Amino acid sequence: MLDKNGIAKRIAKEIKDGYYVNLGIGIPTLVANYIPEGVNVVLQSENGLLGMGPFPFEGEEDPDLINAGKQTITTLPGSSIFDSAMSFGMIRAQKIDLTILGAMEVSENGDIANWKIPGKMVKGMGGAMDLVASAKNIIVAMQHVNKAGESKLLPSCTLPLTGVNCIKKIVTELGVFDVLPEGGFKLLERAPGVSVDEIRKATAGKLYADDDVPEMVVG
Amino acid sequence: MINKVVANADEAIADITDGQTLMLGGFGLCGIPENCISALVKKGVKDLTCISNNAGVDDFGIGLMLKQRQVKKMISSYVGENAEFERQLLSGELEVELIPQGTLATRCLAAGYGMPAIFTPAGVGTEVAEGKETRNFNGKDYLMEYAFDADFAIVKAWKGDTAGNLIFRSTSRNFNPVMAMAGKITIAEVEELVEVGQLDPDHIHTPGVYVHRIFQGKDYEKRIEQRTVRSKEQG
Repeated sequence: MLDKNGIAKRIAKEIKDGYYVNLGIGIPTLVANYIPEGVNVVLQSENGLLGMGPFPFEGEEDPDLINAGKQTITTLPGSSIFDSAMSFGMIRAQKIDLTILGAMEVSENGDIANWKIPGKMVKGMGGAMDLVASAKNIIVAMQHVNKAGESKLLPSCTLPLTGVNCIKKIVTELGVFDVLPEGGFKLLERAPGVSVDEIRKATAGKLYADDDVPEMVVG
Repeated sequence: MINKVVANADEAIADITDGQTLMLGGFGLCGIPENCISALVKKGVKDLTCISNNAGVDDFGIGLMLKQRQVKKMISSYVGENAEFERQLLSGELEVELIPQGTLATRCLAAGYGMPAIFTPAGVGTEVAEGKETRNFNGKDYLMEYAFDADFAIVKAWKGDTAGNLIFRSTSRNFNPVMAMAGKITIAEVEELVEVGQLDPDHIHTPGVYVHRIFQGKDYEKRIEQRTVRSKEQG
């Protein structure tokens, strides 16, 4: 089974040289720590920055320079800054190669719910609906089951949707999954030490798994 | 050159009245018009509809106006950091319309570009789409979203000149340029107000034609919401 950093590490292997990538809050943010040496990636922050650098050194924080999580950050050589409309313009026009975000639920036809729980204070969708509606390549990074032990890979989402029919790939602590165009989750890799049976038990949606699904190589 | 300079925030917002719709620039607490927010709190106008990506925090930004119960409705994409906001929302005192962030920005852009509406895929198939016209282009569904109609846009820039030309700094640019274009009346507060001729025309982000009033701001606090740093040893 993978921990959060393990999920991030496995997802980092999906990033190709030359990609422009948008990372959501939570596990996706950790992916930045595991981008392989020699792979050149430009991180987008949807408040209006391409080329997000690491956190500033103590004492060098700039209140005018933050990321979409409102954290102080830095720029890098080659960074560019633009307004919020252009930022979502490049997302909508599919100039961003890969979006990695968290989810509360994903359905077997690729619907995603990650912004609202009825009865709880709703904070808003931020840029999530724009990202999932437009990105050509979205990977969901999430825990396989929720805190109540219920599967987050479902026949259909129970929570209010963020987007429909848009998720193609999911990485959880148990494995790597494709969402098939005809519906259903296809198990591509098992996490180290996890059996197909365990994954089947934790997956409420339709799961397709060969008997000899390979164990993933992390790192 | 037309001179758009007013003395201060109080003068800039003097004719804002109860019940009007205001756009306020900024993302989180970054690039918010601090001086005008203070002046609005002092003036005490109420029943306002505020279009702003966020709603500030309890004791800063739009949170200060919420505390004084000046806001009737917020139109935002994310409002998570504010306990007073949550209280007013749950008690029904405050109306909130949550819309996707890109939709928010582009509805401002449309207003500034003279276009009545935009088509965006954001929200298709979700509750955001309820009651909205959907059009299919090249096999994909899009929602029609209207350009905003705001009485005032209030923005914060880094530098500006007396003709209203604006330059923004770093990610405090965010919503400011698109909101600056979208107000019936646009008010800009700037950290440094200069005479015409001092700014290179090639470096202007917002042409002065969009700006009606400009003033030299003061005492900027520029509060940081999430101070994240690394130590020199970590490298």
